[in-house]
Amino acid sequence: MWKKKYEPVANISKEHDEYLKLINREKNFIRIAQILIFVLGIIFWEVAARNNLIDTFLTSSPGAIFGLIMKLVNDGSLFKHLYISTMETIGGFFVGTVGGLLIAIILWWFKKLAKIMDPYIVILNSLPKTALAPIIILWVGLGYSGIIATAASISIVVTIMTLYTGFISVEKDKIILLKTMGANKFQVLRKVIIPANIPNILSVIKVNIGLSWIGVIVGEFLVSKAGIGYLILYGSQTFKLDLVMMGVFVLGVIAAIMYVLSSWLEKKVIKY
Amino acid sequence: MEYICELKNISKRFHTINNETKAIDDISFKVKKGEIVSIVGPSGSGKSTVLSIIAGLENPSEGEVIVNTDSIGFMFQKDQLYEWRNVYKNCLLGLEVKNMDNEENKIKVKKMLKKYGLTNFKNHYPSQLSGGMRQRAALVRTLVIEPDLLLLDEPFSALDYQTRLAIGDEVGTILRNEKISTILVTHDIPEAVSISDRVIVFTERPAKIKKEYEIKFDECPGERTPMKCRNTLTFGEYFRDIWRDLDVEKEV
Repeated sequence: MWKKKYEPVANISKEHDEYLKLINREKNFIRIAQILIFVLGIIFWEVAARNNLIDTFLTSSPGAIFGLIMKLVNDGSLFKHLYISTMETIGGFFVGTVGGLLIAIILWWFKKLAKIMDPYIVILNSLPKTALAPIIILWVGLGYSGIIATAASISIVVTIMTLYTGFISVEKDKIILLKTMGANKFQVLRKVIIPANIPNILSVIKVNIGLSWIGVIVGEFLVSKAGIGYLILYGSQTFKLDLVMMGVFVLGVIAAIMYVLSSWLEKKVIKY
Repeated sequence: MEYICELKNISKRFHTINNETKAIDDISFKVKKGEIVSIVGPSGSGKSTVLSIIAGLENPSEGEVIVNTDSIGFMFQKDQLYEWRNVYKNCLLGLEVKNMDNEENKIKVKKMLKKYGLTNFKNHYPSQLSGGMRQRAALVRTLVIEPDLLLLDEPFSALDYQTRLAIGDEVGTILRNEKISTILVTHDIPEAVSISDRVIVFTERPAKIKKEYEIKFDECPGERTPMKCRNTLTFGEYFRDIWRDLDVEKEV
């Protein structure tokens, strides 16, 4: 999210120096504009709330949300809810991503199976998975396991489809090359199919983090006694909009952190 | 004389739901050990299919293929370097597949990279190299496993003209010096004539052998290199004959 400045290298012409300055200036302008929108938005919201321009019963206010965050941080309950939701998300993400990857590999290995399963996967993919959440929770369990299963169910099908498509679209000659060297199918998988799909896998990871959060929040709406989703649902049922807004705000912060983490991972892994 | 590869009455048909196409019709030829043979022919005449059959990637519909080696090197029109591996790792690929990536062979790879002027680029990724260097890296990757038979499927045609001449000259010289049996598929007549000991001309689909030329440059003193061959009178004669065989003018 935060990009480095272009530092001028030694021995550059004046023209090049000006070019770099121009780029830096433009970058700074964009960054400042981005921050301004956030700060002005908050200030406007707060001012409007204090002067009764908006109904704080419906919109809450930044001050109240911040106060609530501090209160929940002090009594430790925010971290408890955050911890539970995060763990559920990581669980759902892991099951969905790794499970999807494994199934995609199996389908690649047995292409006939892939052809047989094709209509089922397509239908499962176009089905709104949140509609299945109540069933999944009843089947798997009314606790964490049910929520994790819901989260996994949302990401697993699209993972299978994306990765399988990626696997079968690896350039044919790249595979032939390896086969002429005497490679077996497992070596083809390990040396071409998977490495060629690392960018694909990383983008699936990015998407799945978001999808897992959706699954967890939906799951917590349905059955839970803790978690951010629980806080939001509880807040809306008791008309404590501060609590709802805080829940959404916390989710926003987590989303930003995860975006930064996944970009970092991408840079770390893809060097070419 | 020992043969590295023999094709006996090979035919190949391709099937689609709507029809069946005969790509190759009764082709027979032999390649001696250390010989460089080129196959030229019109586009789509099944030249590449012959290579796939020799490499064992496809089965002929009829006929018999005898290849007297397990160690085949294959080079494509595109270099097919793996973009996620640097040059050095790309060159290790064949050894890894054969579980021969021991220290001794790794040193050999580094030596070869040096010989082919790639030492300074061994940690570069393919995207950072020029077309000529990429193709040279692909050649090292292919030669590292010491193939007894090298199959080249239009390996220079993706390069720009000058690089193509330079790399063609380089590769042709290497193949001749190292006595690597080679089958080169190309539609570039000068390339075929300058590099090979023998040129086989295919007809249009379904491909038959139209003619075969033993390529000899008696007027070429010393070591035979493709570039020297291009400057002889005989070269022009071969070119004219093969050009006439291909009947390109009639098609255009």
